[in-house]
Amino acid sequence: MSWKNAFNSSVGKKIQMSLTGLFLILFLLVHCYVNAMIFYNDGGEKFTEAAHFMGTNIVIRITEIGLFAFLILHIVQGLRLWMQNRKRRNTRYAVSAGNATSKWYSRSMGILGTLILLFLILHIQAFWAPNRFSQTTGNGELDLYGMMRDAFQNIVVVVIYIFGCISLAWHLVHGFFSAFQTLGLAMNKYKGIIKSVGVAFSIIIPLIFALMPLAFYLHWIQ
Amino acid sequence: MEHYNMNLTLKVWKQKNTNEKGRFETYHVKDISSEMSFLEMFDVLNEQLIAEGKEPVAFDHDCREGICGMCSMVINGRAHGKWEQTTTCQLHMRAFKDGETIVVEPWRASAFPVIKDLVVDRQSFDRIIQAGGYVSVNTGNAVDANAIPIEKHMADEAFASAACIGCGACVAACPNASAMLFLSAKVSHLAMLPQGSPERKERVMNMVNQMDKEGFGSCTNIGACEAECPKGISIENIARLNREYLGAMFDGGSKNAI
Ligand code: HEM
Ligand code: SF4
Ligand code: FES
Repeated sequence: MSWKNAFNSSVGKKIQMSLTGLFLILFLLVHCYVNAMIFYNDGGEKFTEAAHFMGTNIVIRITEIGLFAFLILHIVQGLRLWMQNRKRRNTRYAVSAGNATSKWYSRSMGILGTLILLFLILHIQAFWAPNRFSQTTGNGELDLYGMMRDAFQNIVVVVIYIFGCISLAWHLVHGFFSAFQTLGLAMNKYKGIIKSVGVAFSIIIPLIFALMPLAFYLHWIQ
Repeated sequence: MEHYNMNLTLKVWKQKNTNEKGRFETYHVKDISSEMSFLEMFDVLNEQLIAEGKEPVAFDHDCREGICGMCSMVINGRAHGKWEQTTTCQLHMRAFKDGETIVVEPWRASAFPVIKDLVVDRQSFDRIIQAGGYVSVNTGNAVDANAIPIEKHMADEAFASAACIGCGACVAACPNASAMLFLSAKVSHLAMLPQGSPERKERVMNMVNQMDKEGFGSCTNIGACEAECPKGISIENIARLNREYLGAMFDGGSKNAI
């Protein structure tokens, strides 16, 4: 058995999806914690301090490279799985079982992931990319808090962000449990707890994220 | 249960052979008893077609008691019909109402090509078994069946996995046409018994590789397989298969794997 085989085999691909997915879940937790600092409503003081740490600490910066590598692996293998699996049934069923045997979001991971990807492209080019560009070209960090406040005055931007959060929530309702199942940890004994924690996570984290643009738009925070 | 007769319209997949394109043919059957099995209803249809000088519908069946796994039919979009944990031969006509239209299709998966009408070629499953779904036994005197002690709950769990009849409903039901539930039942069954341990590592690798080679899709934990399996095989088996695979991947013991 070669590593190449493990990389390309069906179960090997699943394991990569699972490990990268879990890492992305951890990232979400940290990202959500840092950004939630805006809710102090202190003109962005606490948030800017935390963002400065995240943007300059060497350990975080190295982890960030890993994060991008994992995100790309997750996307590449996810899209490969999606494309390949579609070809495994040449003639479609005339009548489909639909929701009688499975959940719509479990069947839609590829589409949900693609929606997240489109959102991420917009999101990264709005905040992360200009900030890092400014840092590396010697112009220092940008005022991310001010950028958020300005960007989220536009209702279209707010709607796009809320839509992105909803896609993420459904992706996670399946993904959270699925990741443990893939690693072989979802034995019947733990199934209930993994599912419950998964659903709670999938609601709470995207909800907090969605409240951020909304809070700026509705001037809950200045 | 009250007995009743019914008239039905059937839309059945007709396909001459693997290469020809198939299509639906509409048939009408009358006075079907609610106590018939679904296959008996097909027998009535075929008798009728033969009497009319038409070609009967080809379908697979053997035991007609829910243990051989041959009776592959997707009925109104559901593998083996809508009754839970039931094979087509055990599905009774009381599951239908008078005047209903029933759509019957073969298992649809690239790894299960249609041979004729509702009959599909499931030899890909045989090749997966040949790749590792066995235990090697030395020749000589037969060993006493109880010579190796096995923990009761392990024996029970292995037995539950061994209940898989290899029907392929899991593949038919899976949006990815993945064979993971079948494979995981076979791997689990042997992984939980001491007799299966010498070949444990190669087994999982070789069987997964064979499954991929046969053109089945990859599992994405959708769970439709578990919902349609006539033997109630749980996706817990898939979790176990993944653990077995991880174990083999990080262990030198998998050298014998192809
Ligand atoms: C922050 C963003 C994301 C998080 C937290 C996340 C998380 C996860 C998790 C935990 C899984 C389950 C893994 C498993 O089944 O073992 C998963 C599956 C999947 N993800 Fe993502 N994901 C994210 C973004 C994306 C993106 C951008 C795509 C791109 C197209 C994508 C495509 C997929 C697909 C297709 C699957 C299903 C694969 C499978 O179940 O085997 N995801 N994701
Ligand atoms: S796991 Fe269930 S559905 Fe799949 S082949 Fe075995 S008995 Fe049939
Ligand atoms: S004919 Fe044997 S299981 Fe249905």
